Amino acid sequence: MSDTQTRARPRVGLFATCLVDLFRPSVGFAAAKLIEDSGCDVEVPEGQTCCGQPAFNSGDNADAAELARRAIVMLEGYDYVVVPSGSCGGMIREHYPELLAGDREWAPRARHVAARTWELTAFLHEVRGLRIEGVRHDGVVTYHDSCSGLRELGVKAQPRALLAGVAGATLKELPGAETCCGFGGTFCVKYPEVSDKMVSEKAADILATGAGTLLAGDMGCLMNMAGKLKRMAMEQGARPVAVRHVAEVLAGMEQDAPPIGESK
Amino acid sequence: MLATSNEFRANARVGLANPTLQSALGKMKVGFPTKRAEAVAKLPEFDALRDQARDIKNHVLENIDWYLERFERRVNEAGGHVHWARTPEEAREIVLGICRRLGARTVTKGKSMIAEEIGLNAHLEKHAIEPVETDLGEYIIQLRNEAPSHIIAPAVHLTKDAIEADFRRAHSHLDARRDLTEPQSLVAEARGILRKRYFEADVGITGANFLVAETGSSVIVTNEGNGDLTQLLPKAHVVLASLEKIVPTLEDASTILRVLARSATGQEMSVYTTFSTGPKRPSDLDGPGEYHVVLLDNGRSALLGTEFQEILRCIRCGACMNHCPVYGAVGGHAYGWVYPGPMGAVLTPSLIGVENAKPLPNASTFCGKCESVCPMRIPLPKMMRHYRAREWERRLGTRVSRLALGAWAWAARRPALYRFAAARAMSALGWLGRRHGSFFNLPLASGWTTTREFPAPQGRTFQDLWRERRRAGGGR
Repeated sequence: MSDTQTRARPRVGLFATCLVDLFRPSVGFAAAKLIEDSGCDVEVPEGQTCCGQPAFNSGDNADAAELARRAIVMLEGYDYVVVPSGSCGGMIREHYPELLAGDREWAPRARHVAARTWELTAFLHEVRGLRIEGVRHDGVVTYHDSCSGLRELGVKAQPRALLAGVAGATLKELPGAETCCGFGGTFCVKYPEVSDKMVSEKAADILATGAGTLLAGDMGCLMNMAGKLKRMAMEQGARPVAVRHVAEVLAGMEQDAPPIGESK
Repeated sequence: MLATSNEFRANARVGLANPTLQSALGKMKVGFPTKRAEAVAKLPEFDALRDQARDIKNHVLENIDWYLERFERRVNEAGGHVHWARTPEEAREIVLGICRRLGARTVTKGKSMIAEEIGLNAHLEKHAIEPVETDLGEYIIQLRNEAPSHIIAPAVHLTKDAIEADFRRAHSHLDARRDLTEPQSLVAEARGILRKRYFEADVGITGANFLVAETGSSVIVTNEGNGDLTQLLPKAHVVLASLEKIVPTLEDASTILRVLARSATGQEMSVYTTFSTGPKRPSDLDGPGEYHVVLLDNGRSALLGTEFQEILRCIRCGACMNHCPVYGAVGGHAYGWVYPGPMGAVLTPSLIGVENAKPLPNASTFCGKCESVCPMRIPLPKMMRHYRAREWERRLGTRVSRLALGAWAWAARRPALYRFAAARAMSALGWLGRRHGSFFNLPLASGWTTTREFPAPQGRTFQDLWRERRRAGGGR
């Protein structure tokens, strides 16, 4: 590749998020493929751990700031930082500047990284104008709007616009798509009964759409909904629903991994 | 009122297991949001009005002393009295003092959350004065000896059937065959009983949605007209209000009124909006002989200048709880004090101390819906997070959660160790879950696995696989 070509392709740092890194590498590879398809070079900065959101949302601002500074050092050299999660994306884009606002050295660096950070589908659609072509998914899918992506980053139309390019897929809108699934990070551990009530109602709504596949853009919500849907299938004979991160479908990489919570 | 906010989790379990509550909440969480959305859609300038409303209150909060003193002067000029109460105790004594001086035996009450906050009913009853709630919702919960479960719909936790049973029990002197199957017939029955009580009452107590500094007026909004009869007929009208209800002008009150009812019930305006200025004048045909405003602080002035100041913009519309998925799951009583839902999760620790309301700021998924519908644009999740930070600093959380979060952050600061441990842990979990794809039972995540499968990891970490593939492919 010549120098000019290299320069024309923006360098993207893919921040995989801990849940993708630990639980579902297939989402990371799907995200990387999509970003490359959109005309960018992808790198996965070394030493990724956690964006610090669990600490931040638990009031542990010192640890959260420490993790934010680590991530900033790792990410500040890229043209863009792309995150396959509205939740972690929102943490970097909205909350790093807030968390480090009082720090004269780090506040501008936090704002610099925040301004270049995008949730995956927003980046592909808004920044890169990517059109999905040559990808097939036969069947009805429904979509859950994860809260942080939706309300902190305005992710709503972007995944739908991308999905419109997937041949064979029909999107059936989920009633209450904008209602929280009950995951909430540490919330589901601290208040499991309340969380279960919320995800039970979410699962009932999903089943009522008749869709065979549920998609969303955040692993936390996806694991929560997949776990509930599978238990309902096991114990109440509910219809099984395949649950996936939207990137896997958009990248045409569904064959690389069984749906979340399923075995090969 | 004794707070059980620290027992949120146990309270929530009670709520989750209560079929009447669940049925009522099922209706509420569809009804209120639908009506609000329709009302907002019909008013293109709604968001601009929210900005104006926010700015009005921000201005007030920056100059609250000046506006309060101006309000007091205007009230005095109109022949009324302002009483400053630092604490609930002082407020109760002021009200009791007025009642005693007038020899009051019964008082009628319009809806007032401040009356709940200061525990007024119990205090009056202790001194042989009977409080009579005249708002239908408040009347119902008074019959049941319950606290309100919602700030604008106190009996929203009940179904029509449950209320019918309460009426038959409490109004046993009436014909058992009467029809009480429709809301209208329930209203008619309560009205029939309350009508007499309005004329008997010696003192009428209302809350206030606004206090207007330029005129010395108090403003209430109701849908039943009960507030008007409560305040007009007795010898004295006592207004219970907290400091932050003040707005500079009538124009400002009218701006905020435009977002209030739409946010609350989806009405353009509530049915009655009543402005009261001073007692009955010689030329007036009706009106109370005395007009008193009890201004309650109860910790609010201490919020000024802190990261919690913005909660003082709250106009008590209830939109945050109407849209909150946690409130919609557990109901208002689970919050254990006067103010439930997201605004309660901020106001309760502000007023009774975070150590007495530890779970409330944590009982949120931070879904952000509350902030998105708040007419006053109060950043509720952000303030809940500030309280979580206070709890973290004071080590008020459980040891287990502190240890777990601390360990996670400790490892996350050490990428090499993290990578080493993560690779092994995920490999083991992936292997254990390879057949079933998920876990039916995980020892450290039993809260999750009691009701949900826990999806198994794929087995390798993304970073290890990426490194491996890049090395094999020589990079692109």
